[in-house]
Amino acid sequence: MTKPKVAFYWCAACGGCEETVVDLAEQILDVVAAVDIVFWPVALDFKRKDVEAMPDKSIAACFLNGAIRTTEQEEMAHLLRRKSQTLLAFGSCAQLGGIPGLANLWQRESVLERVYQECPSNVNLDGVRPSRQYRDNGHSVTLPTLFDTVLTLDQVVDVDYYVPGCPPTPKLLLEAVQALLGGNLPPKGAVLAPDHALCEECPRKDTRPDKLMLTEFKRPHEALIDEEKCLMAQGLLCMGPATRGGCEALCVKGNMPCTGCFGPTSRVKDSGAKALSAFASLVNSNDEKEIAGILGNIADPVGTFYRYSLPSSLLRRKRVEA
Amino acid sequence: MPDGNHGPFEPRIVAFFCNWCTYLASDLAGTSRMKYAPNTRVVRVMCSGRVDPQFVLDAFARGADGVLIGGCHPGDCHYQEGNYKMLRRFHLLKRLLAQMGIEDERCRLEWISAAEADKLKAAVNDMVEKVRALGPLHLAIPKEEFAEEEVAVS
Ligand code: SF4
Ligand code: SF4
Ligand code: FES
Repeated sequence: MTKPKVAFYWCAACGGCEETVVDLAEQILDVVAAVDIVFWPVALDFKRKDVEAMPDKSIAACFLNGAIRTTEQEEMAHLLRRKSQTLLAFGSCAQLGGIPGLANLWQRESVLERVYQECPSNVNLDGVRPSRQYRDNGHSVTLPTLFDTVLTLDQVVDVDYYVPGCPPTPKLLLEAVQALLGGNLPPKGAVLAPDHALCEECPRKDTRPDKLMLTEFKRPHEALIDEEKCLMAQGLLCMGPATRGGCEALCVKGNMPCTGCFGPTSRVKDSGAKALSAFASLVNSNDEKEIAGILGNIADPVGTFYRYSLPSSLLRRKRVEA
Repeated sequence: MPDGNHGPFEPRIVAFFCNWCTYLASDLAGTSRMKYAPNTRVVRVMCSGRVDPQFVLDAFARGADGVLIGGCHPGDCHYQEGNYKMLRRFHLLKRLLAQMGIEDERCRLEWISAAEADKLKAAVNDMVEKVRALGPLHLAIPKEEFAEEEVAVS
């Protein structure tokens, strides 16, 4: 019997999602025994032309991580969509836009300016910038071009399932593979993780007060953090109440507040706005000035509430003047 | 209504008015045949505290040029705390909107009681004029264009 073919690919990604596959440790052997990995650029020497040569829909499942922000990534997303029966957006970047999605506060020009010119650690006296065509010694190469706007995978191609996390845990990956192999998948479009808020599965949930009012928000480096007590009750911006569970509260167990990488539950449209609303409501003051003072310690609202989800939020990007 | 593409720009303002105060003020303005700018689309909510920041973002994302929220005066909320909750959220929401490039004048919170039809009229007229001066919001994601980079180096 031929084994189902599986592909892994990365787009605008940090490599962390690839680490999840490696972190399967011995269990990767079970996966390899059950499936045939036909494409995995980070570990195996396959090329784009190998994928192009495959018949359409011949890949049973493709796990694609990373956001889409270059012409090449867009092409690869279309190619892998065509070749795969099931396409999974793997990790926050592919699902929600992720950390690279914060580039939607800028545009291509300002990103390139910063990275190639202004950045203090750069020496680039000739002001060299990436360009689409490069010719040297009679050879010519075409480079992909950066987009103005970072996109989620499902803003480019049709996506069947989402595996959340930055990165997803090996357990979630294994469960997704097992569901695919066993053919017991939820309806198309589902997020392959529990549909409850993180607080539900948090070991500190019993110390989370029903009624909480705060006069101060602290950042982790400003606080001596109690290891038992709910982090929100300690004035830390723990995104647990507005974030999907499934990570088993890894960050909280490491005594760090949740930053929201699992994205919203199915009942929330815009997790950033929801979290903003939840935290603002906790402010223990009715006086405008005082409210401003207390909320002032949230230095970067977009970076805090949309750390992983700006491209998939209602506004998607910073406004570009027409 | 003219939308800027066909004729002069007329701002579209989505207004979330509390059932117990600002909504009644707009009723009163109507029955007293008061004239004010016709640019608001009013959504009645039971309390300004019901205005989820998602509603505001959704309104902008769907083409509103401005969002006006009207609630009961401090101390007068029928649910005690609702308007204070809105006040707290409003502060953080405004900072978020600023980061997203949406000008201050496009989102406004007013306390207007059921009797203050005049205040409602003044607030709406003032907001419409300010948003008119800013022009349409245009939140569309710009099309990616690469042609100018097709030049060769070396
Ligand atoms: S989701 Fe997180 S771990 Fe995965 S590529 Fe994006 S930033 Fe890296
Ligand atoms: S707010 Fe954070 S620390 Fe508190 S119960 Fe929820 S996830 Fe746990
Ligand atoms: S009832 Fe009017 S603001 Fe709460």
